[in-house]
Amino acid sequence: MALLKVEDLSLSFGGLRAVSGFNLEIKPGELVGLIGPNGAGKTTVFNILTGFYQPQEGRVFFDGTEITGLGCHRINRLGIGRTFQNIRLFNELTVLENVKIAYQYAGGYSWRHTIFRTGSYRRYEQEIAEWALSRLEILDLAGKAEEIAKNLPYGEQRRLEIARALAGRPKLLLLDEPAAGMNPQETMELLELIQWLRQEFSLTILLIEHDMSLVMKLCERILVLDYGMTIAEGSPEEIRNNPRVIEAYLGEEVS
Amino acid sequence: METETTTGLEKPEAVEKWRTHLLPAGLAILVLLNLLIFMEHFGFDIVSRYYKGILILAFINIILAVSLNLINGITGLFSIGHAGFMAVGAYVSALLTLNMGRWELVSSQVQAVLQFPLVLLAGGLAAALAGLVIGIPTLRLRGEYLAIATLGFGEIIRVVALNLNITRGARGIPSIPNYTNFWWAQLFAVLTVVIIWNIVHSNHGRAMVAIREDEIAAEAMGINTTYYKVLSFTIGAFFAGVAGGLLAHHLTFISPKGFDVLKSIEILLMVVLGGLGSITGSVIAAIVLTALPEVLRFLQAYRMVIYAGTLVVLMIFRPQGFFGRAEVNLAFFKSLFRSRVEEEMKSRSEERGGNGGSA
Ligand SMILES: Nc1ncnc2c1ncn2[C@@H]1O[C@H](COP(=O)(O)OP(=O)(O)OP(=O)(O)O)[C@@H](O)[C@H]1O
Ligand SMILES: [Mg+2]
Repeated sequence: MALLKVEDLSLSFGGLRAVSGFNLEIKPGELVGLIGPNGAGKTTVFNILTGFYQPQEGRVFFDGTEITGLGCHRINRLGIGRTFQNIRLFNELTVLENVKIAYQYAGGYSWRHTIFRTGSYRRYEQEIAEWALSRLEILDLAGKAEEIAKNLPYGEQRRLEIARALAGRPKLLLLDEPAAGMNPQETMELLELIQWLRQEFSLTILLIEHDMSLVMKLCERILVLDYGMTIAEGSPEEIRNNPRVIEAYLGEEVS
Repeated sequence: METETTTGLEKPEAVEKWRTHLLPAGLAILVLLNLLIFMEHFGFDIVSRYYKGILILAFINIILAVSLNLINGITGLFSIGHAGFMAVGAYVSALLTLNMGRWELVSSQVQAVLQFPLVLLAGGLAAALAGLVIGIPTLRLRGEYLAIATLGFGEIIRVVALNLNITRGARGIPSIPNYTNFWWAQLFAVLTVVIIWNIVHSNHGRAMVAIREDEIAAEAMGINTTYYKVLSFTIGAFFAGVAGGLLAHHLTFISPKGFDVLKSIEILLMVVLGGLGSITGSVIAAIVLTALPEVLRFLQAYRMVIYAGTLVVLMIFRPQGFFGRAEVNLAFFKSLFRSRVEEEMKSRSEERGGNGGSA
């Protein structure tokens, strides 16, 4: 059974059809790439899947239940985590606090424990701190736990976004241009990291990326969007040789 | 370069240093005051009525500033209607006290001790209810629109109090029993600070701070932002209501004039002065802004001019307030009650530091 199933999704902004008749099915454990020229509607698809936008047409199913129209935080709790194209960290907070926030709902201590600082409060706080720290260790950020998020270099901010998304224990991880602004060295490390994360947490991943070499190496299936419509779908090999894709990327090299 | 200057602003050396001594020093002063005032029972009137009055007002202002800070500083909602919630608490508790009959089972003194906290609680709950009702529709608004809506709410409460029979309009409510004393004011101020501190340093507080930092990211991390915004607003309103009740039973007279926009702005000034997001800052600013007008009695007429001027100067030279978001340094107390969690965290981070060094 598919983990994510998207049927005929459409959304217009005024006269602009940002997403038009979008279909997608992702099986558990798959790593799917979503590519397309600037303004193709990729981020808009993410925003619909995560509940930031309501689609005008179409339905979204996740893990067997329909999630169309649910609020963002509820969709996140059902198991869809995401990162943002234009990094959205909690800027003034420490790296550790950023990750703690994402895990907080799972910490589940009640108001009584909060106000009277009971033993449970301490236990849960310790659990949250340890969990958050372990996520930071995975992304090699533990040494920076006490730094203010906005002071991190760009590449580390991107990694922190992933750490934060992982803290909510997602089944499906949506990565919006995780390599943007990274140097080739960092991009290579990111590639290995994503592959490792996928194994380690048996994650299903949907990835938007402009760096073609990264997408081609990483994804087993790729969808190409242009003007809100899917113009091609297939293996990296098929996509590379697809004339419509080459046309959409006119001038750009698809290698 | 840029990052250096901003961190420099956040943690000025001076504040960093005396933060460590702040809590022990503050508690020492508080204990001393308690002893001095307790001596009354043995016939030593050391602290005069006048000074006790100022202390009570300081405690009430601490409650107001800290509770508004939860809304404005921690959750990042710009509310300027705090005097409105205060008014609800003041009127409800005063009217309850005045209309409560004699209880037959206990003496009138015992009755006063038993009913006063209940009456304050009722005032707080009424204010919280008002917060809930006003919060649900207005908290969808952003920034300046929310500010205007809360400002309007404060004015509505004032106008309602002016026009209802039960509140006696502009004549106000006189002869409220003088139940508020140093002990009650201190008790509720301490409770407020402890409860709000605990909320802020819990997963609930983290959710509120996340909303302040980035509401969209907070939603994406599974935080029900609407719930936490309404909650923060309602809790803040509750404590403002309690403060209103304490004030009513301290002044023994309330009228709509005491709960106007200027009062809201005065509370806001305490929060901004201390630092949006710093409970420590709010407490200190509340004390300073209670004491200062007394010291500068001769400038009474210019009070609001001085407040506004201070605010302008502050916004230019230190927009994050004196404390920024810093709190008292708890190192002193942690060394007394060092918990298992912290020790473990510390040893873990040391381990890691050691690894990093050798690698
Ligand atoms: N909230 C919005 N209001 C109006 N138009 C929008 C909104 N969000 C996106 N759009 C428009 O929808 C189209 C698709 O945008 P989207 O951000 O999904 O593109 P994208 O494929 O992610 O592009 P990029 O590669 O540049 O990130 C663009 O033309 C964009 O201007
Ligand atoms: Mg995009």
